[in-house]
Amino acid sequence: MSDVIHQTADSEHHHGDHKKGILGWITRWLFTTNHKDIGTLYLILSLVMFFVAGAMALLIRAELFEPGLQFLKPNIFNQMTTLHGLIMVFGVVMPAFVGLANWQIPMMIGAPDMALPRLNNLSFWILPFAFTILSSTLFMDGGGPDFGWTFYAPLSTKYGPPSTDYMIFAIHLMGISSILGSINIIATILNLRAPGMKMMKMPIFVWSWLITAFLLLAIMPVLAGTVTMMLTDRNFGTSFFDAAGGGDPLLFQHVFWFFGHPEVYVLILPAFGVISEIIPTFSRKKLFGYDFMVYAIACIAILSFIVWAHHMFTTGIPLGAELFFMYTTMLIAVPTGVKVFNWVSTMFKGSLTFETPMLFAIAFVFLFTIGGFSGLMLAIVPADFQYQDTYFVVAHFHYVLVSGAIFSLMAAVYYWLPKWCGKMYNERLGKWHFWLTVISMNLTFFPMHFLGLAGMPRRIPDYALQFTDFNAIATVGAFIFGVSQLLFVYNIIHTIWKGKQTTAQVWEGAHGLEWTLSSPPPHHSFTTPPVIE
Amino acid sequence: MQNGNQNNLKQKKNVRLIIKLFLIAVVMFGFGFALVPIYNVMCKALNINGKISGATSYDASHQSIDKTREITVEFVATNNANLPWTFHPLKNKIHIHPGEMTRVAFYAKNNADQVMKVQAIPSITPGLAAKYLKKTECFCFTQQTLKPNESMDMPILFHIDPDLPKSINTITLSYTLFDVSNLHHLPERIPGKIQ
Amino acid sequence: MHKILKTLFTLILFFFSPLVLAEMALNMPRGVTPISKDIYDLHMVIFWICVAIGVGVFSVMIYSLMYHRKSKGAVPAAFHEHMSLEILWAVIPFVILVVMAIPATKVLIDMHDTDDAAVTIKIVGHQWKWEYQYLDQGVQFYSNLSTPFDQIHNNVKKDPHYLLQVDNPVVVPVHKKVRFLVTSADVVHSWWVPELGIKRDAIPGFIHEAWARVQKPGTYRGQCAELCGVNHGFMPIVVQAVSDDEFNQWVAAQMKQAKQAAEASQKPLTREELMTMGKKVYENNCAACHKVDGQGMPPVFPPMRGSSVAVGHPVSRHISLVLHGVPNTAMQAFASQLSDLELAAVITYERNAWGNNTGELVQPKDVQDLRAVKKLTRKTNERRNSSNS
Repeated sequence: MSDVIHQTADSEHHHGDHKKGILGWITRWLFTTNHKDIGTLYLILSLVMFFVAGAMALLIRAELFEPGLQFLKPNIFNQMTTLHGLIMVFGVVMPAFVGLANWQIPMMIGAPDMALPRLNNLSFWILPFAFTILSSTLFMDGGGPDFGWTFYAPLSTKYGPPSTDYMIFAIHLMGISSILGSINIIATILNLRAPGMKMMKMPIFVWSWLITAFLLLAIMPVLAGTVTMMLTDRNFGTSFFDAAGGGDPLLFQHVFWFFGHPEVYVLILPAFGVISEIIPTFSRKKLFGYDFMVYAIACIAILSFIVWAHHMFTTGIPLGAELFFMYTTMLIAVPTGVKVFNWVSTMFKGSLTFETPMLFAIAFVFLFTIGGFSGLMLAIVPADFQYQDTYFVVAHFHYVLVSGAIFSLMAAVYYWLPKWCGKMYNERLGKWHFWLTVISMNLTFFPMHFLGLAGMPRRIPDYALQFTDFNAIATVGAFIFGVSQLLFVYNIIHTIWKGKQTTAQVWEGAHGLEWTLSSPPPHHSFTTPPVIE
Repeated sequence: MQNGNQNNLKQKKNVRLIIKLFLIAVVMFGFGFALVPIYNVMCKALNINGKISGATSYDASHQSIDKTREITVEFVATNNANLPWTFHPLKNKIHIHPGEMTRVAFYAKNNADQVMKVQAIPSITPGLAAKYLKKTECFCFTQQTLKPNESMDMPILFHIDPDLPKSINTITLSYTLFDVSNLHHLPERIPGKIQ
Repeated sequence: MHKILKTLFTLILFFFSPLVLAEMALNMPRGVTPISKDIYDLHMVIFWICVAIGVGVFSVMIYSLMYHRKSKGAVPAAFHEHMSLEILWAVIPFVILVVMAIPATKVLIDMHDTDDAAVTIKIVGHQWKWEYQYLDQGVQFYSNLSTPFDQIHNNVKKDPHYLLQVDNPVVVPVHKKVRFLVTSADVVHSWWVPELGIKRDAIPGFIHEAWARVQKPGTYRGQCAELCGVNHGFMPIVVQAVSDDEFNQWVAAQMKQAKQAAEASQKPLTREELMTMGKKVYENNCAACHKVDGQGMPPVFPPMRGSSVAVGHPVSRHISLVLHGVPNTAMQAFASQLSDLELAAVITYERNAWGNNTGELVQPKDVQDLRAVKKLTRKTNERRNSSNS
């Protein structure tokens, strides 16, 4: 089987290197081509950015604790909302899922490493630069980007601060990183599966990532194109989005959401994959309707390309378009419903235990479904005229992204961390973390539904008096949520330093190739392809 | 030996796949830009966004004037971003029959102390009516230049297609003036101009 | 601290007292137009459908969580696929969706009604105020936030309509179709009044319409709903729906006021008159950017205190700048927004407040003389280059 090993000879080289001292440590991480090392780097980056963007969210919530202007000037407030959104999407959820993909995909398909280890290293190390540039815009003359993470023209083009060009550059870098990462993931999944692992035998997490990677490959270049057009509009006299020169500000919204809507599914499809791994393990029962789960993911991915204008119902698009996008958007509820029904059926008549990963997975199913319901309500065009750009939308996407994407990530970390480091996390602490997180998350975001319905627009630094109580509750919830995450970090560090040794199997009900490897797994996951029955 | 062959085969397979995937990315990058003309074509074909489909010639012999219907056409003028011009329609509102050729004018005066060039951007509501409003002549087809304190009446010559849906009785024609004195790059795509 | 205690108290109430909840605004307003009522009904129907589905799914799930635990000796069943079940739970939601889509489509078609309107109002979004033009009546005015800055900065007690009050509300007649033509002069804004069931984006260069037939006289408040820059949160909308007679009286009063303003520009005013009025105009129109204390928000919004414009000469430069704005910067042209009298007052105020003791008075006549001429200090690029005044 030397052929397989041969491909990852580069990483072998560094593994063998036992340079001592701080320099050795730096070069080990800087030049690593090992999928586990790179996965770890992605996860660490994502955790750091989670606290950066989370701190911004807490500043926003502190300002909104009561009416009046307290801590943040409106222009700083706008910069906070913009960067909170950009970093959470591109710096937290996406890198975290890529990190999981790096760790898990080779182990789950019986491969020694990723298909393109050196490219893998490159696609990670682009990111710290991108986020340094993005964060540094805050300290530039005129302030950082202050037009929301959707950077609508002409607010971001004609009226944007000078630092907008740096934001564009950072987005280009993130785009390149994502594209390289996706190519690597697709190549790994298609070419490195162990003999006998047919496509329809792949773990569902691998499937979800394969589809996500294709989505990324299709949309990140479109985003790159969009920001390039912004750049030329700002600096080189073109008029893509400026009506004066024959362009159209609405075109920006179309192009942006052509990227933006599939992007939403990039953030949630891998989460579906994670949850579909965890629920069967702790139900001690096979995933119900595997085939349909795969079809549902594919279905959602395809539909995501023809729903984008549902973000633009109030812009005055014609009746025909409004109807078309309303119907297609509603249609997405069908495959999403199928997924939820299948998860519930997996639990039905299982033999359930409630370890921390399972708790997060159950909360995911409950709360993501609530986010799905508000999504369905938002799809109804006439009602959307009232919901659009209010806190109802904020509540909706935080239910989908916090209790969806972020919860699945936490579930994944608790689920696979024992495998990664060979040590068991502290279950008691995990449960504390879970309950604090889930309660504070609902405390923060549930009142936002009411705020939105009662008429509070999003992205405002100050509000009318009737919104006071719910905003105060949301702020308290947000701070509890923020502090609870320190438990998460503590638990991870504690596990790695002092955790109790665990077995290869880790979880009683776990199935899949990764559990056949030792905990922690060997440097090259599968040097001999496993036999799949 | 066999291992070596297999290795080569795998490498080749990898490279081929990677090239294909890169191509997808490149094509999608191009597609991002292609969305611009696609959008403009769609807008014109489907009359989205009140964009007007361009200058048409008026053939009096082929136009039947529908005396049974009277359509109200409103004119609206807006200055973009502090443009120091006076700009308003001479008449706010007219009533015409479909098929009837009509000439109206907008008054424009440059209040600045230097020569300024502007571009008028037309927009129509309801958007559905855009297709039926045919302009033979319009000041929005070209950029307009005025010297300091100079003024002029800028004309539009248009008619309404008698096929205008029965549900529409009022059409609003809006012009927004944008300052293009500083636009070095000549605009290539002016709505209302045939390309 | 007191605030935190109060919040905790609210929290406790939140969990234990549905009565308190009933008093808070929890739901979408029903509104006062046929469309807003249709929207509300639609919203409630979808909401209850979602609740029903949710109850169904969650009860199965909770049942499993309770009874299919390993600790209760549950043994996992072997089933893991069921073709007809999969098809069933794809088809049933689809049918429910179709049922939802039918009324939604109907309401949507009603919203696109193009019947003739009794009153047509053109709305132009500006950073950060709304401009209203009554096309047939010839009335035109700007509508600014009128909440005093002292309230925003927590120096005094807040008004019940804090942030939702304006100097000039838009007045519409009840029981008549009012058509709104919405556009923008700079960035994208969105004109939203929940009780009218209207949210329409204002897009520069493009015009879109919406309509309302208000059924009940009253005051209805809304806000800009699309992020439009620094003061996005401070450009509210107030709509007053009045009877036909009152509407006509209002129009007549507006016309008369415009005439009076023209006459007022002929006679000189005292320093006190100018300063008192100037302070008010300044706080409504200028303080959003240049701040109540004249400190501005550099580099984008230059300070007024001691600025070369506000204390320098000639005075005509100052007047001209306020009248015509500075192109490609955030400094707007106020020529069409304020009367000669108001402009004279605010410029006098700026030249004499916060230690800018020039002692110079600007009279309405001075403004009138400069109205027609515009000196352009053209900057080559965006607002970034205009940081110093």
